[in-house]
Amino acid sequence: MSIKFEQRQSQGIGSQAYARELSQDGESSSLQGTLPRHEQQLMQTLQKLGTKKLASRRKEAQRLLRENGATHNFFGPTDDSHSWQFDPIPLVIGSEEWTRVEAGLIQRAQLLNLILADVYGPQTLIKKGLLPPELIYAHKGFLWPCVGLPTSGGRHMNLYSANLAQGKDGRFWVLEDHAQPPYGSGYAVENRIVMTRSFPRLFQDFQVHRLAMYFRALKNQLSLLARNNQADPRIVVLTPGPEHRLYFEHAYLASYLGYPLVQGGDLIVRDGCVWLKSVGGLRQIDVLLHRLEDELCDPLELRGDSLFGVPGLLEVVRRGNVVTANSIGCGVIKNPALLAFLPGISRYFLGEELLLPSVATWWCGQPRERRFVLDNINELIIKPIYPIPGFPEMIPGRLDKGQICVWRDRILANPHLYVGQEMSSLSMVPAFVTDKVEQRPCVLSTYLTAHEQSYIAMSGGLSRINENEGSLLVVKDGGWSKDTWVLTPELDKQVNLWLEAQPDQFIEARTKSLPSRTAENLFWAGRYSERSEATARLFRSILVKLREYKEFRDPDDQLGLNNLLQALTHVTSSYPGFVGAGAETKLADPRVELMSLASDSGRSGSLRSSLRGFGYSAYTVRDILPEDAWRIVDNIQQNWNPKFSVSLIGSGRLQESVNQLLLQLSAFSGLNNDNMARETDWRMLKIGRSLERALALIALLRATLVPYYKPSMQAQIFETVLSTCNSLITYRRRYRSFMQLPTILELLLLDENYPRALKCQLTQLSQLVVALPHDQPSERALDDERLINEALAELNTIDPKKLAQSADDGQSYPFLDTFLSAQKKQLEKLSETLIQLYFSPSQVPQRLGSVQQEKAS
Amino acid sequence: MNFRVKHATQYTYSEPVSLCRNEACLLIRETPWQHCISSELQIDPAPSDLRQRLDPFGNRINHFAIQHPHNKLVVTALSEVSVCSNPNILVSANQFSWETTKARLHREWSEEVFAALPFLYDSPFAQRSPQLEAYARTSFPPDRPLGEATFDLMQRIYHEFKYDPGFSTISTPLSKVLSERRGVCQDFAHLGVACLRSIGLAARYVSGYIETLPPAGQERLVGADASHAWFSVYVADLGWVDFDPTNNKLLSDQHITVAWGRDFSDVSPLRGVALGGGKHKVSVSVDVARQPAGLVG
Repeated sequence: MSIKFEQRQSQGIGSQAYARELSQDGESSSLQGTLPRHEQQLMQTLQKLGTKKLASRRKEAQRLLRENGATHNFFGPTDDSHSWQFDPIPLVIGSEEWTRVEAGLIQRAQLLNLILADVYGPQTLIKKGLLPPELIYAHKGFLWPCVGLPTSGGRHMNLYSANLAQGKDGRFWVLEDHAQPPYGSGYAVENRIVMTRSFPRLFQDFQVHRLAMYFRALKNQLSLLARNNQADPRIVVLTPGPEHRLYFEHAYLASYLGYPLVQGGDLIVRDGCVWLKSVGGLRQIDVLLHRLEDELCDPLELRGDSLFGVPGLLEVVRRGNVVTANSIGCGVIKNPALLAFLPGISRYFLGEELLLPSVATWWCGQPRERRFVLDNINELIIKPIYPIPGFPEMIPGRLDKGQICVWRDRILANPHLYVGQEMSSLSMVPAFVTDKVEQRPCVLSTYLTAHEQSYIAMSGGLSRINENEGSLLVVKDGGWSKDTWVLTPELDKQVNLWLEAQPDQFIEARTKSLPSRTAENLFWAGRYSERSEATARLFRSILVKLREYKEFRDPDDQLGLNNLLQALTHVTSSYPGFVGAGAETKLADPRVELMSLASDSGRSGSLRSSLRGFGYSAYTVRDILPEDAWRIVDNIQQNWNPKFSVSLIGSGRLQESVNQLLLQLSAFSGLNNDNMARETDWRMLKIGRSLERALALIALLRATLVPYYKPSMQAQIFETVLSTCNSLITYRRRYRSFMQLPTILELLLLDENYPRALKCQLTQLSQLVVALPHDQPSERALDDERLINEALAELNTIDPKKLAQSADDGQSYPFLDTFLSAQKKQLEKLSETLIQLYFSPSQVPQRLGSVQQEKAS
Repeated sequence: MNFRVKHATQYTYSEPVSLCRNEACLLIRETPWQHCISSELQIDPAPSDLRQRLDPFGNRINHFAIQHPHNKLVVTALSEVSVCSNPNILVSANQFSWETTKARLHREWSEEVFAALPFLYDSPFAQRSPQLEAYARTSFPPDRPLGEATFDLMQRIYHEFKYDPGFSTISTPLSKVLSERRGVCQDFAHLGVACLRSIGLAARYVSGYIETLPPAGQERLVGADASHAWFSVYVADLGWVDFDPTNNKLLSDQHITVAWGRDFSDVSPLRGVALGGGKHKVSVSVDVARQPAGLVG
């Protein structure tokens, strides 16, 4: 295929540069049969490996990607919103070819940056007629409040991404430009890591550029952007949150670059600066790597209904007290109509021709081009110049007569809003997505970051392939992604992302600046994991009892079973359950209620809902959890299958699943215990666990030990309680065969050194709470310490013998009940206080003015 | 004519607000026909972070925050202004046909024409449509002088639309205003702006006030004691000419201009984001008092 370019010099406004006619799809690509050397080499290596091995490695790679969360988002609005597959055959680009592409990309980045500086500044391009005013003033990405905003070092665009395609003649050209914010670089790294793990052999035959250089440059650039605190600037990554389809990448980048991941609610504007709410108080932010769409960044000056942004952010930027990368407003370059004007602008600004051509584009805002598009509507891709709500982002030119009329009218009504683009034939690259190596069309996303006076490109990128060009260019999600190899004649040096400090620079460890929301999620991850564990243990005891009862039909077993079922309702707070209205029927046949408590994700207190709560909290903080911890979280979500059916109860399989779950939960806590530094993040997780363990124990003991049982039942109940607390072995070893209430209480309540005992939880809580940062000036600053110490003091005064005294009527143990419920209240107060003190619960922002305000009459 | 204007906005909250940030577009700008003697903001409680800037259209914007808990916020703009009218402006605006200005906007940009370009295109509250274009066409037959045509459009809005304060909210779309033929000054201003843009002219939204004379025997002007709004059209070689469709008047020496933009969203008098506060109530009072000549200025 060849595109004939013709530059039209005209006196009018903005002459478009474009191919005058559609190119004919060249049947005889001269390149076929003469593959470049590196491609031949790749094919040879692949042949040596064989498709069987290739397939099993692909499976392995796919599993790694899924486990890491790269290919799906459990907590997104729909479960499969962003799943893609992995193609193990990399796209290989020769070093000479890459040198050309790289030069073209750098030129383009510089050009686009100049355009941004111009449209948000003097607007010379419009005045000179090099850019039609519609493309700026009528474009949704052009934000008037951003006109004249200062930049750091004159750089609007610090990150840039271009999507490239390769024509059949082997030349690369640009399909799209992204700056708001460019995404996919995290996936590129993830693909490379997985590729290295699964296909080490492939790398032996090639010398491939590393990707780390790009990130090192990015990190360096971001720290140079800071206007204040330049020696050690505080940089954060701003994400819209876990529901966003690209949250994986946000968390991945934050963790890879070593910056805290925050949401809009974690930041606050005070005194003309942006501050991060952390457990140690407010910390000033110097640079924001934002992953929000521009118009969502500041609900005060931009879109008022944005829940993700930071009110007042633009004013802070205006005062130079924070720098965002990219500058807010860069979205204006995401405009396919620009492509038609870039060659002229390049000549004007740089005095150079574009090194990398763009896909042939006709902007309908001018009559000749409009006519061309309407005449050839079925050979072109039609795109609006910005995404229009309710319209597809683009339509492929295969339309029936009715649709053609609709689009013709639409274009004629607002011609300046549409372009036609050549429906390109892309070159095919080898892919392994079925059971044999095939040729598929491919699009390559490249990534650039500002560096000194210029830009540097990641030597690699994210390649995507799909069945055919239509689904590749039009349907942007789904399909397959693959690693991209840029070859190098010399081996790359190892690159790390560490910055070098000045010899006399003191680097303060940032251990107190844990963002409040992160702290809160760690706390809840701890609580939910422990809650899941407590529910699972009780569940297991019930399943055992159910089988015993089925076997022996002993009425005492029935009583004991009922007691446990009721305890389950109490422990999970899933009333009425086995205690309230309708309890009789449920006790007679508990299976449906049990199934609901196991698997109903919409029911608060059910095991599945606790596990989801756990998964969600853990997902939100995955950037700071130990590496393997996330894999466990992911496995738990996978294994605890919501499609359990009632018939499973009584079979060994459910019990096996519960055992498996308990092992995984222990593995999660073990990993964190062994790997997390004893800092605020670990403390928050641990506080959540200890608090929940104490509360779950109290609920279990109140439900099972406060009622009185006849002596023949007692031993059985005591045994079940101990086994539910995982304490039977310890008890036996200590107290041999004497089963009695005071000794049970001694072990489960009072033993400071026994990790299942209440006292152990309270002692740990006390130590953990004391170690939290208490430097916030507040009258209530020490409330948390007071509350836990009061609880501990009360625990210390009790005597197990007294607690084990029954009431006058002999039906219950009132002292035990009173004590336990007082402890429960105290701990709930503690939880509430911790939330208030450390998690700065965001108040609901409300808009004043433009909506509710009285209208001018 | 000299005026003293007091524009007070009061927010009361059911629960304390811990932090709020606001932008006010309340200070009166200088125009060829209006001199601002003084214009200042009083904010209670006392704000922190108070800064003033000019927006890209030359309006004075004040940014401020209240950073301690408060249950009430009162923002008062106090201004003294001297206004004159230009009785010959319509004659000047009739010099050329409306197509002349339209053509000028699409090529041969002088600095002045260039500055009018942002007002040619859709903005959040004033979007072009075939219906609006059809409505405007009646007033804009070929070759009609621009001033006359726009005056006719203004008159038609005045006569054909019912002034109805209960009808619309800020989110009522123009299509509904057009089909129901009712609204308030803000709707009529947006209507005029969008009609003019629909036929390829540059139009802007103007916020301000209008003097209300005491009712003794005289007709009370609509729009008294509230903020007011109207539209303005760009005329080649002349500049901007304002029309008040709510009162069926050209800009007079009773009109006080505060700010202009593509539509209301650019010049909203006061907007903010507050943390906390529960439910809030807002009350606005505007007082335009004529000053005896010689006392001010």
